[in-house]
Amino acid sequence: MSDLVSKNLNMLFGDTVHALKDVSFTLKKGELLTVLGPSGCGKTTLLNIIAGFLNPTSGTISLDEKEINGPGVERGMVFQQGALFEWLTVSQNVDFGLRMRKENPQKSKKLVDEWLEIVGLQGFGDTPTYQLSGGMQQRVALARCLINNPDLILMDEPLGALDALTREKMQSLVLKIWKETGKTIVLITHSVEEALLLGERLFVMAPRPGRIHKEYTLPFASMGLQKDLRSIKNNKKFVTTREEILTMIWDMEEEIMGKEN
Amino acid sequence: MLTGFITILLLIAFLSAILYDRLVVKNRKIDAVFGNPERANGGYHWVLAGSCSILLLWLYFSWDIARSYYPQSANELCQVAKVRESVLGINYIFPIDQRTLKSTDFIERETKKINLLKIEINNADLNIKDKTQLLSFLTKSQLMIVALSDEKNLKKETQSKIDLVAEKLSSLTLRFQSDNFPEEKSTEEKEKRKKLLENQTDWGATGMEIPPYPVTKRGEKFESASIEMNVIVEEFFQIKNDHKKFIDLSLNLKNELKEFKNKLTESQTLEKDYLRKISKISGRISRSNIFPSKSLDSVERAVKEFDETQKVEQGNLRVIDTFLFPAGTIVASGETCSEQGAGRWLPKPTDTLRIFLDLLKPSVGYKNFPMLWYQFIGFNEVIDFIVPDWIADLLPGEYPVHSSNGEIEPNFKKHALNIVSGEFDSFKIPVPSGHIWDSFLRVFLGLSLGVIAGVPLGLFMGLSRFAKGYFDPVIELYRPVPPLAWAPLIITVFGIDNSGKVFLLFMVSFAIMIVSARAGASGTQLSKIHAAHSLGASKWQILRQVIFPNSLPEILTGIRVSIGVCWGTLVAAEFLAGTTGIGFVENVARKYMQYEHIWITIFVMGMLGLLFDLAMRWVIARTIPWRGKG
Ligand SMILES: Nc1ncnc2c1ncn2[C@@H]1O[C@H](COP(=O)(O)OP(=O)(O)OP(=O)(O)O)[C@@H](O)[C@H]1O
Ligand SMILES: [Mg+2]
Repeated sequence: MSDLVSKNLNMLFGDTVHALKDVSFTLKKGELLTVLGPSGCGKTTLLNIIAGFLNPTSGTISLDEKEINGPGVERGMVFQQGALFEWLTVSQNVDFGLRMRKENPQKSKKLVDEWLEIVGLQGFGDTPTYQLSGGMQQRVALARCLINNPDLILMDEPLGALDALTREKMQSLVLKIWKETGKTIVLITHSVEEALLLGERLFVMAPRPGRIHKEYTLPFASMGLQKDLRSIKNNKKFVTTREEILTMIWDMEEEIMGKEN
Repeated sequence: MLTGFITILLLIAFLSAILYDRLVVKNRKIDAVFGNPERANGGYHWVLAGSCSILLLWLYFSWDIARSYYPQSANELCQVAKVRESVLGINYIFPIDQRTLKSTDFIERETKKINLLKIEINNADLNIKDKTQLLSFLTKSQLMIVALSDEKNLKKETQSKIDLVAEKLSSLTLRFQSDNFPEEKSTEEKEKRKKLLENQTDWGATGMEIPPYPVTKRGEKFESASIEMNVIVEEFFQIKNDHKKFIDLSLNLKNELKEFKNKLTESQTLEKDYLRKISKISGRISRSNIFPSKSLDSVERAVKEFDETQKVEQGNLRVIDTFLFPAGTIVASGETCSEQGAGRWLPKPTDTLRIFLDLLKPSVGYKNFPMLWYQFIGFNEVIDFIVPDWIADLLPGEYPVHSSNGEIEPNFKKHALNIVSGEFDSFKIPVPSGHIWDSFLRVFLGLSLGVIAGVPLGLFMGLSRFAKGYFDPVIELYRPVPPLAWAPLIITVFGIDNSGKVFLLFMVSFAIMIVSARAGASGTQLSKIHAAHSLGASKWQILRQVIFPNSLPEILTGIRVSIGVCWGTLVAAEFLAGTTGIGFVENVARKYMQYEHIWITIFVMGMLGLLFDLAMRWVIARTIPWRGKG
């Protein structure tokens, strides 16, 4: 059982910012979790803790019953902003992990070509990344992470910068990868629809202090594997859940505004 | 001649650049919006216009344009200056350059002083007798002024002397205007003149001297006038207004003052003080040579007339002087003339170029050392310089000792020592040498050492708590000290030649490189480091593959800044001490007032700095094209 288990995670920045409060959950191997929540509710913080970049103030988190302290290759991350190495070309970025681990260059090259094709960037291998559009950069970041075949994939709004069409394609891609590899995925998003479409499970987080406000278990992700994504969006249950979550987030935002005024 | 041609060419280029711009503006449909940096792109015709205007300004203000179009003008202006110098003294007496007559001015000043002193003495703590006595001295001084000012007192003889001078002046003025002035010289004089002219160089040939002997008809005219004028002026200043009444008054007062002084006791310091002041005033009046205001009218008229005439006779020379000799002119002092103003400190481009080309000749150079050339150096010397001798000590075995018959048998270790210390015969290789090369090498070595040592330490300090804390105090303490403040110490320790300067430059660039590398390291985006971590990079790999490339923009900017500061420091250090280098050349040139050489060194420094910077720009464009786009 390679579960991701979090127990009473607390994260404080300074004395006042309570970014996470008593976050506990268990994510089974092969589950796809999406996380929704208003801006600043601690989503990135949670992800950073899982990735091992941050140490929680209190509480524990473990993967495969091994406590997480420090980053590792088995947990790949796609960042909110590309975080590409702009001094390298696209393919150098994509095979960065492989090079660091001194994999066979020939094998790496084949793999890189494969992945560039998967994310739709064939032919861009030798382009410097600063010459790419925002959406293309995000796709490079995706490939750079996935090529390492991590057990747990952490994604911080990976599709935020993409146009509607590419976004839909990438959503299918994420689902495909999830299905084919059976990897555990945690995906943060601002889009309620995306969270519903992709999430097998869904956390709605609330701010101040950051906590899990509500949890859903959803059928749409498994549906999405067979059906066209757009048809799911008209599913009745999909629509009602979407409206419910939207109202919830609206209320939270209003509460924040009220607090501030 | 060439300069004249170039001037016209430059002018045409400048004007066509401006015309071209008008044309471009007229035909351009759309320009980028204001504030978009693209508006500054292109514009190479403005580069041309800018360069042309600099060159034109240089040609103009160094009076090179004057020289190329009117090569004799300086020589002629020199003669004019001689005339101006000759009348300087006499002009000074009259309200020509001054506001008032010199005598009037003198009387006004002295009367004011007398009146002030009178009031002071009146209020002073003195006994009545002394007081009246002192006051009477002052009144008598005033009487002397009155005596001198009165026309009735003027001796007939004096007046006729004055009128004679005026007559001589008028006659000179008259002759000066005529075409056959100066009159034929004697053959002997002509011969002498011819010799002088033969030895005379052209304007600017020696740097700044003006050929002093007239070469044109007009010049001769002015020179002769100046010689005659000197005689007349001399004669005028011999005339004294020494009539009997004044002499009597003067002697009388002198005796009374002496008498009064003798009567004073030791303790009467106040009286003595006043007496001294009065003596000074009366002395000045006795020597003043005041004339009644009307008596000098004839001379004044004649002088003014001469001045007018000499201005007219200058003809177009006055126009040339005004327009082609900006910011200064040529002045005479006795026989010689020199440039005063812009032309003096701003050497003419053609002279500068000629001297520069001369300096570049390896056989000439400066102070027996070429500017930039090469020399042959034995390969053994290079080895000696590069490989330290102690390497031989590390080898196994002992150095040989002398045997009982006093012979030394060299062994392997001895041979090795001979090699590392360069004691072997070898082929020779050409190595650059010269002032410019020496300066360049110093900057290059100092900078390289600074970069090699500073970048790793800077990165380390940006990443490690230990390094930052441990090295911070030392570096922050020495960094703000102006590098030249270290110079005396470092030159004492390392010697005045290369090592001292290189070390000084090392210190300069080291500090800058540390600061910039540290800024680069600590400015790395956290997400990039996180990404590298989760992609499985080790610490060393992160340093090498992420932090170092990410700091490259800062490091390269640091190098660019270092180059500038190193240059500045080096030149100043070479000023202080040393026997080679650009700064040394400038320092020596300064001592001999070789303005051309000074400008040449400035130019060379500018060019080398530009070269360094262009190289850096090239490197930057190639290594960090992503800068500002990440
Ligand atoms: N390094 C930090 N130091 C101090 N406070 C921080 C730090 N990082 C995050 N915070 C605070 O913690 C809270 C949660 O931040 P986090 O980045 O996790 O939000 P988020 O949910 O990812 O928001 P968004 O959707 O806008 O990305 C915010 O209030 C933020 O100000
Ligand atoms: Mg975030």
